[in-house]
Amino acid sequence: MALDQQQVRDIADLARLQLDDNQITEYQKNLSNILDLVDQLSAVDTSAVEPLAHPLDAVQRLRADEVSESNQREHFQQCAPQTENGYYLVPRVVE
Amino acid sequence: MHNKTIAEISRDLAAGEYSSVEITTELLSRVQQLDSEYNSFITVTAEQALAQARAADERRAAGNAEAWTGIPIAHKDIFCTNGVLTTCGSKMLSNFTAPYDATVIDKFNAAGAVSLGKLNMDEFAMGSSNESSFFGPVANPWDKERVPGGSSGGSAAAVAARLVPGATATDTGGSIRQPAALCGVTGLKPTYGRISRWGMIAYASSLDQAGTITRSAEDAALMLQIMAGFDARDSTCMNQAVPDYSASLNNSIEGMTIGLPAEYFRDDLSADMQQAVRNAIAEYEKMGAKVKEISLPNAHLAIPAYYIIAPAECSANLSRMDGVRFGYRCEDPQDIEDLYKRSRGEGFGGEVKRRIMVGAYALSAGFYDAYYKKAQQVRRLIKNDFAAALQEVDLIAGPVTPTPAFRRGEKTSDPVEMYLEDIFTIALNLAGLPGMSVPCGQVNGLPVGLQLIGNYFDEARLLNAAHQFQQATDWHLQKPADI
Repeated sequence: MALDQQQVRDIADLARLQLDDNQITEYQKNLSNILDLVDQLSAVDTSAVEPLAHPLDAVQRLRADEVSESNQREHFQQCAPQTENGYYLVPRVVE
Repeated sequence: MHNKTIAEISRDLAAGEYSSVEITTELLSRVQQLDSEYNSFITVTAEQALAQARAADERRAAGNAEAWTGIPIAHKDIFCTNGVLTTCGSKMLSNFTAPYDATVIDKFNAAGAVSLGKLNMDEFAMGSSNESSFFGPVANPWDKERVPGGSSGGSAAAVAARLVPGATATDTGGSIRQPAALCGVTGLKPTYGRISRWGMIAYASSLDQAGTITRSAEDAALMLQIMAGFDARDSTCMNQAVPDYSASLNNSIEGMTIGLPAEYFRDDLSADMQQAVRNAIAEYEKMGAKVKEISLPNAHLAIPAYYIIAPAECSANLSRMDGVRFGYRCEDPQDIEDLYKRSRGEGFGGEVKRRIMVGAYALSAGFYDAYYKKAQQVRRLIKNDFAAALQEVDLIAGPVTPTPAFRRGEKTSDPVEMYLEDIFTIALNLAGLPGMSVPCGQVNGLPVGLQLIGNYFDEARLLNAAHQFQQATDWHLQKPADI
């Protein structure tokens, strides 16, 4: 399936990826090739087949709702690009 | 000393032949002298390694040594290591010092192993040639113009070049078995859920599994013994008893039934590759194994199903790389959208961006049923094929790769061509089964791997079969001419 350039830009937007304009054509070609590859699936009759989400068909394990971790905010924020007073700093979101 | 296996080092340390500090020092100096040629390490933790080695020697002097005390290995840079740079081969995490240890790292530390550092890999484990690493490609020790395979290319090259006797690795679609095959070393990808994924940076969570790259099946058993087991911190880790993997290595394989899938011995697989694999099968017959033709009729659908499921899961997993809490942030973001988009656009390489975009597309409104659900249905068909085959046989055998190691740059222009490299390995991850790659011959002076596939949680039988092959042959002892 061939994607057009606008579809490539829309997908990049959805995925929050900045692409250079001069790369769009290459992504368009490569992504279209990948979609051609996966389109082989559409020919398979899977009408009676249950989707497989976990290879061992295991279900989500639950645990008691108890505190199990201590607060390590400062330790974990050491690898953050920018913090202040225990918060992560980002550009202004609300004017 | 650098040619010693893990099992030999364990025995030598116990016998007082040399100390952990001595072997650690020798291997560190090899890394320093030789790794500029291979680029298999991203980070060498020499000081920490020597401190661990000294502690191990003290423990031994005090009479408290165990099997793993003082044995040097290295870890794929996908495992978080507390206080040590953990990059996952990406610019996005090129400044990320992990604030905690992965369970796998914890377990090796608790066992007294020594870590020499962190090994190169394809960016976020996406690739089959180690050419997508932000830290540069890794050279195959058998021919430095050729790729070591991927994504665990650094692990395979370091073990083949005798820089370390063993390394951790991970396998989502072939990332342990394929580089092990191309570098002539032994790779083990255990059952999905056998080893905790806690602290192992996620690519495709329903497929990712940790494993080992070593120079023998005996060593793979020793590493798996440390790594396997339940961990409450990984919700997909299975609560299954861990057998003594070394205990069954010497069992006879007389009467074992090995299945050969017709789909893995196709006409387009070169005669040389077929011959190397068939010679290995003949070796098994000599040892008393029975061989049976089997069929995996949906094998051709494994790559298309994988290239929906893996990208879909990666697009979700990698959304955490947003330039806010850790990792790379772009210069001077204008607003929050700009921060997200430029941090991710600049921080991720081309292959990672492609897979995120395929995943975002497959999961987007209106396409979910046609792509993701469809791929999961096909995934069940693939699993059912294996389940039916494993009713009739104990193990399945075939090639690991369509060709020996290819040249750098040979497959980078078309991603789909690179994806086809994993044609024999990917189905196993979709089914969640364990598999191994064992050196079984050479084509044009380059190593070829035999793939062995076992039933769920039957790693002991896989290791037994691989070890017996290595008792009867010496392909696993072959090494590059200049090593």
